[in-house]
Amino acid sequence: MSVVTGGDAPPKVAYFNDPKVRSWAVQIALVVVVAYFAWQIFNNTVENLREANIASGYGFLDTTAGFDLSFTLIPYTESSTYGRAVMVGILNTLLVAVCGIIATTIIGFIIGVMRLSKNWLVAKVAEVYIEIMRNVPLLIQILIWYKVVLAALPSPRNALSVGGTVFLSNRGVTIPKFIWGEGSWMIVVGLVLAIAGIWWLYRWARARQAATGEQFPVFLTSLGMLIGLPLLGYLLAGGPLSFEFPEQGNFNLRGGVGLVPEFAALFAALTIYTAAFIGEIVRAGILAVNKGQTEASYALGLRPGPALRLVVIPQAMRVIIPPLASQYLNLTKNSSLAVAIGYPDLVAAGGTVLNQSGQAVEIISIWMAVYLTFSLVTSLFMNWFNSRMRLVER
Amino acid sequence: MKRTLLSLALGAAVSVAGISAASAGTLDDVKSKGFIQCGVSQGLIGFSNPDDKNNWTGLDVDFCRAVAAAVFGDGEKVKFTPLSAKERFTALQSGEIDILSRNTTWTMGRDTSLGLVFAGVTYYDGQGFMVKKALGVDSALKLDGASVCTQTGTTTELNLADYFRANNMKYEVVAFEKSDEVIGAYDAGRCDVFTTDQSGLYAERLKLKNPDENVVLPEIISKEPLGPVVRQGDDAWFNVVKWTYFALLNAEELGVNKGNVDDMIANSTNPEVRRLLGVEGDFGKGIGLENDWAAKAIKATGNYGEIFEANVGPNTPLKIARGINALWNKGGIQYAPPVR
Amino acid sequence: MSDLHSETSVAFVRTEQVPASPPPASTSGLQGWLRENLFPTPLQSVLTIIMGAIAGYILWLALDWAVFHAVFTGESGEACRGEGRQDGACWPMVFTRFPQWIYGFYPVAERWRVNIVFLLGVLSLVPMLTPTLPYKKFNAIFLLGVYPILTLLLLTGGHFDITASTWLTTFVFVAAVVLPILFLGFVAKIISPALAAISSAAIAGAAALLLVLFSIDFGLTYVETSQWGGLLVTLVVAVTGIVASLPIGILLALGRRSQMPVVKLFSVAFIELWRGVPLITVLFMASVVLPLFLPPGTNFDKLLRALVGVALFSSAYMAEVVRGGLQAIPKGQTEAAQALGLTFWQNMGLITLPQALKLVIPGIVNTFIGLFKDTTLVGIIGLYDLLLIIQTANTDSNWAAPQTHSTGLFASAALFWIFCFGMSRYSMFMERKLDTGHKR
Repeated sequence: MSVVTGGDAPPKVAYFNDPKVRSWAVQIALVVVVAYFAWQIFNNTVENLREANIASGYGFLDTTAGFDLSFTLIPYTESSTYGRAVMVGILNTLLVAVCGIIATTIIGFIIGVMRLSKNWLVAKVAEVYIEIMRNVPLLIQILIWYKVVLAALPSPRNALSVGGTVFLSNRGVTIPKFIWGEGSWMIVVGLVLAIAGIWWLYRWARARQAATGEQFPVFLTSLGMLIGLPLLGYLLAGGPLSFEFPEQGNFNLRGGVGLVPEFAALFAALTIYTAAFIGEIVRAGILAVNKGQTEASYALGLRPGPALRLVVIPQAMRVIIPPLASQYLNLTKNSSLAVAIGYPDLVAAGGTVLNQSGQAVEIISIWMAVYLTFSLVTSLFMNWFNSRMRLVER
Repeated sequence: MKRTLLSLALGAAVSVAGISAASAGTLDDVKSKGFIQCGVSQGLIGFSNPDDKNNWTGLDVDFCRAVAAAVFGDGEKVKFTPLSAKERFTALQSGEIDILSRNTTWTMGRDTSLGLVFAGVTYYDGQGFMVKKALGVDSALKLDGASVCTQTGTTTELNLADYFRANNMKYEVVAFEKSDEVIGAYDAGRCDVFTTDQSGLYAERLKLKNPDENVVLPEIISKEPLGPVVRQGDDAWFNVVKWTYFALLNAEELGVNKGNVDDMIANSTNPEVRRLLGVEGDFGKGIGLENDWAAKAIKATGNYGEIFEANVGPNTPLKIARGINALWNKGGIQYAPPVR
Repeated sequence: MSDLHSETSVAFVRTEQVPASPPPASTSGLQGWLRENLFPTPLQSVLTIIMGAIAGYILWLALDWAVFHAVFTGESGEACRGEGRQDGACWPMVFTRFPQWIYGFYPVAERWRVNIVFLLGVLSLVPMLTPTLPYKKFNAIFLLGVYPILTLLLLTGGHFDITASTWLTTFVFVAAVVLPILFLGFVAKIISPALAAISSAAIAGAAALLLVLFSIDFGLTYVETSQWGGLLVTLVVAVTGIVASLPIGILLALGRRSQMPVVKLFSVAFIELWRGVPLITVLFMASVVLPLFLPPGTNFDKLLRALVGVALFSSAYMAEVVRGGLQAIPKGQTEAAQALGLTFWQNMGLITLPQALKLVIPGIVNTFIGLFKDTTLVGIIGLYDLLLIIQTANTDSNWAAPQTHSTGLFASAALFWIFCFGMSRYSMFMERKLDTGHKR
């Protein structure tokens, strides 16, 4: 493939010394070997499945499952399909991941800032927290929460109750169920209006500050709108909301909405474990901001609070966000440890389907596809976010 | 290029360390490797349970020993692979084990669509419920609204759903991967009811902190015939396993036991006994073994009744009565075709 | 003498310095430290008191459980039951079961073999990890080449069934490695023929030697992997995972930075596939689906299957760690190597990788810590690792007691913490040590 140009012909090299030839040879060889292995695996699998008389394909997802799941966000009974069971699992994974991410971010930032506190005791407590939590396997932490902490709660018959509305027992937390009456849509309208209003207010306040330098108490106003507008809708509609309070049944509490202890244990362990890593990330991020920035902001007359909020944190975020994203992803993946305590997440619910239907290859491919989608979406979002946060240089 | 070379090298290492290709017949394979690989449960007292020195005991375990004795004349030529509910069928399909003797329920689906075949019913079981005495429940029909602990991936889970739906009762399921976790959660009060095969209830009850404070309810909600499983399409091996089971039953029926088997071989005049023990006829040859195969099996583990008594019977911690597992002529349904 | 002076001058001239007066009591010593670090402002003081109260309460709870209310002697669960004895840890359970935590179901009479493996590991690892000690190269050869084989032979007992078909498979694999090398040496002449011949002979010889070694009967009883357990399994999984992942990870990292689109594509796909899924799904795949991928009738050990899963998984993470190291090496190094006429592999082997790998030692240790913690997951697929062995006490009627569960869990947490914390300190030590030369 050597190209001869003009009179300066490059010296002729042997074909196997031509980088291009070599590169192609290597790549073709790689493709051939990988394709061979893939073909071999495919062939073996087909052969094995045929021998074991297992029908392959995703048709089984329409078959009736016949088993129950302990915690579902969407209606599910034993006469639902395998596909729905998998769907329940995906939603449960998302639920624990989203709740966990929100909580762990808050705790992680607190720990990270505490770690840098000038107060010796505060810094030490944060350090000890980090060193203990991140050096003990997550699975052990989940088991400790589930089998030691939550198991110590009383039985449902002796459930701890807060004013007869919220009950706490070793079967989990039970809270009153909301029953939406006639005209409840007005509350929702109030909420939507509030969110739209906050968004507009935020933009307006920022524009005004940029133009005049005057600040507007955005946070307090937003909070007021967020509570006030739905409340207004509630009153206008004539109080359509009623509650179904949990009460003692024969075995369990009847009525109300329950949150199973499996969820609580998984959520607590995931949050606390990941917060230790996030704490370290936040600390590193803040330390990465040049001290001159803080000094300059003090020189401009900012007090320590605003200096941290307006100058240091925004710059630290650039360092914090990439590792933070991978921690979020880790938390989501780690939620698969739910299988150890029987919270029906994607892996546990999928595992049950696998056991009952015997469709191992299909279920594992669903697991992998779902988790890969999560990680792909996260990394796409993070790329977008990163490009927005990137230092804009002249 | 280098990368693929490396994976090839890894492949070579793997092949050295443990791959062994099985040939067509399990019986020939077993004979040539000199032992039987038997898949058992990860620990169920009375059926298959390892002590802390990894000595296995139990009814399912003894059955494998009997097969080993029938083949090799030595009940110890068997190795046990503890398997979870999830792994058990794949392990048998892939040839990792030669026989699955792991309280596995014989169902039509499993018998016909997994490439496996059940060789007999070593224990007729049925699913039951266990509750704490303190709850004051005496019938499964009073369990409306209860939380029920069960193991995932078993027929138990499906029967449970069927039973509650059929009786129009509500319940909340709490399901775990391993039986130890299920019983642990029940003990910790996570649920009111523990459900599994009734034999399992008695076995698991021994693991509770206060076994006596728990009661097994009278209802049996399903048929659970438990038995050994082998690969489909391997008739020689299937016959060995099936007839070892029948031989143990016939031995009990004919009164041949561990203690008197040698005496019977020498002195018995009963033609049925003589055929069973290989003194007359060539029945052992017919299944590819020595003619005294049944005698060896009985010598190693005793007849079916002895195995039952030693592992789960009234004199063991499990205290299970023979019930329907008695021989057909003693009010049970254990019945074996004659050796003839 | 003095009279004279006093009469002539009244001015006071100080001839030596006044000794420095001590700092105010409030800024020095214990009091000063407290003021500075705990009570500088009222707000901080309140914070200190609240924190102190919380920390003190937790510490007291822990001590109360682990020491004051704990039971230290006894023969069975009986000792930890009953009034006043069931509110604290049940340590006798830990003491009696400790050997099982280390060895699992490994036969008692054969445990010396495990001890030798542990001892050799420590004896060769400590000098390897101490930067000041010499003979690193020999040590590395021993650790990566001799030690794994020795471990395999000692733990299983060796005397494998090496049949003609094993020889044949090995021959095919060796040929697949050796023939390209010979081609490169004698036909393409990219490497010197002598080198090609020597390395081919070495590979073939090593393979044959291994097979012979594996088939020798050393008179050791065969111990199946299903009898391994406890810390032994945890360490086998973690160490094998990290050792196997290092070479694969390096190749993947190079592949990901390669100019060749196909190589890059495969590397990226491989890395992102394994990094995107949780380890537990990989383990389920290894234990349930892997047998289906192999030719019908083949099967291999359950532990080995888990090891394959763990190795693939951790090599993806290792690749990213190594890539970080490669990126930190300035391009000038590669350019200089090219200017000297070094080939790609010479450059990698002699210039870039040695620098990059040194840089990523902390990263490797951190990956190992992660992997070590993740080994607890193999319990979910039924391998008796440390955590699962510890939990078997929960269903042992001999040790049935209210605190058996919590004692086992907290004891395992403590064991894992000691290992992981120790390794993370080592990683930080290496980081500081390596920091000096490379700050730009």
